[in-house]
Amino acid sequence: MQERSELMQTLFGRLTLEAIPYHEPILIWTFVATAILGMSLLAYITRKRAWGTLWNDWFCSIDHKKIGVMYMILGIVMLLRGFADAIMMRAQQAFAFGDSMGYLPPHHYDQIFTAHGVIMIFFVAMPFVTGLMNYVVPLQIGARDVAFPFLNNFSFWMTTAGAILVMMSLFVGEFAQTGWLAYPPLSGIDYSPSVGVDYYIWALQIAGVGTLLSGVNLLVTIVKMRAPGMTLMKMPVFTWTALCTNVLIVAAFPVLTAVLGLLSLDRYVGTNFFTNDFGGNAMMYVNLIWIWGHPEVYILILPLFGVFSEVVSTFSGKRLFGYTSMVYATVVITILSYLVWLHHFFTMGSGASVNSFFGITTMIISIPTGAKMFNWLFTMYRGRIKFDVPMLWTMGFMFTFVIGGMTGVLLAVPPADFVLHNSLFLIAHFHNVIIGGVVFGVFAGINYWFPKVAGFKLDEYWGKVSFWFWLVGFWVAFAPLYVLGLMGVTRRVSHFEDMSLQIWFQIAAVGAVLIGIGILAFLVQIFVSIRRRESLRDETGDPWNGRTLEWATSSPPPAYNFAFTPRVHDQDAWYDMKRRGHQRPTSGFVDIHMPKNTAAGIVLAGISMLCGFALIWHIWWLAAASFFGLIAATIIHTFNYDRDYHIHADEVTSVEDQRTRQLAAQQG
Amino acid sequence: MSAHTADTTFPPDSFYDTGEHHPQNGTMLGFWLYLMSDCLIFAVLFAMYGVVGANYAAGPGPKDLFDLGLVAVNTAMLLLSSITYGFAMLEMARGRQNAVLGWLAITGLFGLAFVGLEIYEFAHLIHEGAGPQRSAFLSAFFALVGTHGLHVSFGIVWLVVLMIQVRKMGLTEPNRRRLACLSLFWHFLDVIWIGVFTFVYLMGVLR
Repeated sequence: MQERSELMQTLFGRLTLEAIPYHEPILIWTFVATAILGMSLLAYITRKRAWGTLWNDWFCSIDHKKIGVMYMILGIVMLLRGFADAIMMRAQQAFAFGDSMGYLPPHHYDQIFTAHGVIMIFFVAMPFVTGLMNYVVPLQIGARDVAFPFLNNFSFWMTTAGAILVMMSLFVGEFAQTGWLAYPPLSGIDYSPSVGVDYYIWALQIAGVGTLLSGVNLLVTIVKMRAPGMTLMKMPVFTWTALCTNVLIVAAFPVLTAVLGLLSLDRYVGTNFFTNDFGGNAMMYVNLIWIWGHPEVYILILPLFGVFSEVVSTFSGKRLFGYTSMVYATVVITILSYLVWLHHFFTMGSGASVNSFFGITTMIISIPTGAKMFNWLFTMYRGRIKFDVPMLWTMGFMFTFVIGGMTGVLLAVPPADFVLHNSLFLIAHFHNVIIGGVVFGVFAGINYWFPKVAGFKLDEYWGKVSFWFWLVGFWVAFAPLYVLGLMGVTRRVSHFEDMSLQIWFQIAAVGAVLIGIGILAFLVQIFVSIRRRESLRDETGDPWNGRTLEWATSSPPPAYNFAFTPRVHDQDAWYDMKRRGHQRPTSGFVDIHMPKNTAAGIVLAGISMLCGFALIWHIWWLAAASFFGLIAATIIHTFNYDRDYHIHADEVTSVEDQRTRQLAAQQG
Repeated sequence: MSAHTADTTFPPDSFYDTGEHHPQNGTMLGFWLYLMSDCLIFAVLFAMYGVVGANYAAGPGPKDLFDLGLVAVNTAMLLLSSITYGFAMLEMARGRQNAVLGWLAITGLFGLAFVGLEIYEFAHLIHEGAGPQRSAFLSAFFALVGTHGLHVSFGIVWLVVLMIQVRKMGLTEPNRRRLACLSLFWHFLDVIWIGVFTFVYLMGVLR
C-alpha cells in the first residue's frame, strides 16, 4: 500500500478504497443481493408515489402507534440479518472438521458471531420489545399518546441509526471480532486496531441514547397518564411489566453508556482504564458491562411475561390467576436482576464467598419466575382454552422456558459453572430462554395485537406452520449444543479436530434450517394475511373477546385513540365495561389536543449517525462539523414553540359516527 | 373482592370521562428521571476512580498534583452560581423578566469562571506531564472531573439559549418549565461537584 497524501488523510481519515471488501466473494454477493432488494423496494415506493406519505405520515410521525409499527418493522428486518449470521455459523461448524476448514476464515467467523449477538440483542429483541410497549401501553392505560411524543420519534430514529451503522460495517470496513460484549484488553486499541470495535461502540452509543430516552418516556407515560380510576394495582399486567422494564432501562443503560465511553477514551485518547499497563483494570470493564448486561436480559423478558399474561387470560376466558402475586413477582425480579451480575464471570477469581452470594441471588430469581409459571397454569386450569396462534406460542414458551430456566439454575451453581463456563451448554441455555421466552413472546404478541394494528387478523394456517417449525427447529438446533457443552466444547470456535463431534453440529444445522422455515412461514403469514384481509377483517375492534382497554377502541384505533378517556373501575377494565353494559358515547364530542408531526427526530438522528461514522473512520473535520451541527440543530428545534394542534370536534364526530355504523352493521 | 363490590355503585354511564381529559404534565418527572440516569453515569465514573484511583503507575499522585486553594475558589464559583440560579427562580415566581435575565447572566458568568479555572487546571496538569494517559489514576481523574466540566459547559450553552428565548417569548409557560428543568440540572451538577470535591480532592490529598 503506497503512502497516502496528507490531504487524503485529512479528508477521509482512515477510510480508503481498501475498506470495501471486494476481495471477499461472500460479502460481494451479499452486497449485490442487498442492493437489488433495496433498489427494487425504492423503485416500488417511487412507482406507488408513496414517498410523500412515507415521509409525512410515518417518518415524521409522532403517533405512538405508528412509531410502534416502525419499531416492529426494524426488528423484523434486523431479524433476517441476525438469522443470516446464525445460519452461516451453523453451516461453518457443520463442515469445518479435520482437513476441511469450512468456508469462513477465522477473522470473518469472529465478526459473524459478534454481529449475530449484537444485532439479535440490540436491534432485534430491543426494537421488538420497545415496539410492543410503544403500541400497546398508551392504549392499555387509556392515554392519547406517550408523555413526550417527539422524543419517541427521536428515540426510534436513534435506534435505527445504530442499526444502520452496524449494517454499514458489512460493506465498509469490518465489524468487531471480540464477541458481543467486547471485553478489553482484546477490544483495546493494541489488539483491535481496526474499525470493528469502533463500529460496535458508536452503533451502541447512538442506539443507547434512543433506548434510554424511550425508557424515560414510557416510564413517565405510565406514571402520569393513566386513565382516571386506574390505580397501580388496576393496571394491566403488560403495563406493569412495561413499567418495570423501563425502570430497568433507565437504571441500566447509563452504565453501558459510561463503560463504552471509557473504552472509547482508551481507544481514541490513549487513557488507561482497561489496559494491561499503567494501572488499568480490565476486570472493571467486565463488571460494569454486566451491571448493565444482566438487567438487560430482564429488560427483554419482562414485557413478554406481560404478553403471556394477557394472552393466557384472554384465551382461557378467565381473569388472570394471582394478579397481585404476578405484580410482586415482576417487581422482585426487577430488583434481583441488579444483584446477580457476577454470575457471568464466576471463574474470574472473585473467591468462594463472593461467588456464593451471587450464586444464591441467581437461584432466588427462579422463585418469582416459578410463581409466574404457576399463575399462568392456574389461569388455564378450568378455563375455556382457545388454541389460537397466540396461545400456541404461549404454551410453547411455557414448555421451553421452564427447561431453559432449569439449566440456568444449574449454571448458577458456581462449581458447576467452573465446568460449563464458556461452553456450548451456556450458549444452549441463553438461547433457550431468549428464543423460548423473548422470541416466542414477540410472536405471541404480534399474533395477538396484529388485528388491533391492521384491522384484520393474521392468517391462522401459516401462523401454525411458523410456530411448529420454530418450536421443533429450536429444539433440534439447541439440544445438540447442550450435549456438546456437557462434553466440554467451548463457544466461538470455527474449526474442530475431533470428528466424533461433527454429527451433533450437523443436527444443529438442520435445526437452524427448520427455524429458517419458521421465519419464512411468518413472512408468508403476513403476506397471505394482507392478500386475504377482507375475509380476516375485524370490524368489532375486539376480535378475541379481550379484557383490557386497547380492545375498547376500533381496529385500527383513530389517531386520538379514545374520543373520550375511559374511566376504570376494574383491573380488566374493558371486560368490566362489557359485563356491566356500558354505552359507547355517540355524541357530544369535543376538540382533541394533539402533538404535531416533525422532521426534527430523523434529522437529529441522521446527524448523529454521520458523527458516529466520522468518528469510526477518524475523519475529524466531519466529526467536529456534525457534532456542532447536532448542537445547532437541537437549539433550532427548541425555538419551535408551535408543537400542537387540535383535532376539531366535527372530525372526531365523523370518525366516531363511522365507527357507530360499523358496529351497528355487525349487530344487524 | 371488596374493592370490586364498592365499584358497582358507579352508574353504568360513568365509564367515560366526557370532556377533554388533561393528564398531569410529566416534564419535571421525566427530566428528573433523566438526571437520575445521568447520576448513574457519574456513579460509574466514581466507581472507576474508586477502583483505579490509587494506580499511579510510578507517576504523580494526588498530593503532588492537586492545588486545594485553586479547587476551593473553583468550588466557591459553582456554589455561588447555584445560589444565583435560585434567585433567578425566585424572580421568575414574581414574574420579573429582567431580574430573571440578570440573575441568569450572573449564574452563567460564575459557571464560565468555574469552567475556565478547570481548563486552567487541566492544562497545567498536562503541561507537567500528568495528562490522562500517564496512569489509570489520572485517566479516571480526567474522566470524572472532565465529564462534570462538560456538563457545566453544556449547561452554560443551554442557559444562553434560554436567556434568548425568555427575551423573545417572555416568561411563558413553556419557558418557565424549561427554566425549572435547567434549575434541576444546575443544582444537580452542584451536588455532583460536592462529591467530586470530597472524594477526589480532599480525600486525595489526605491519602
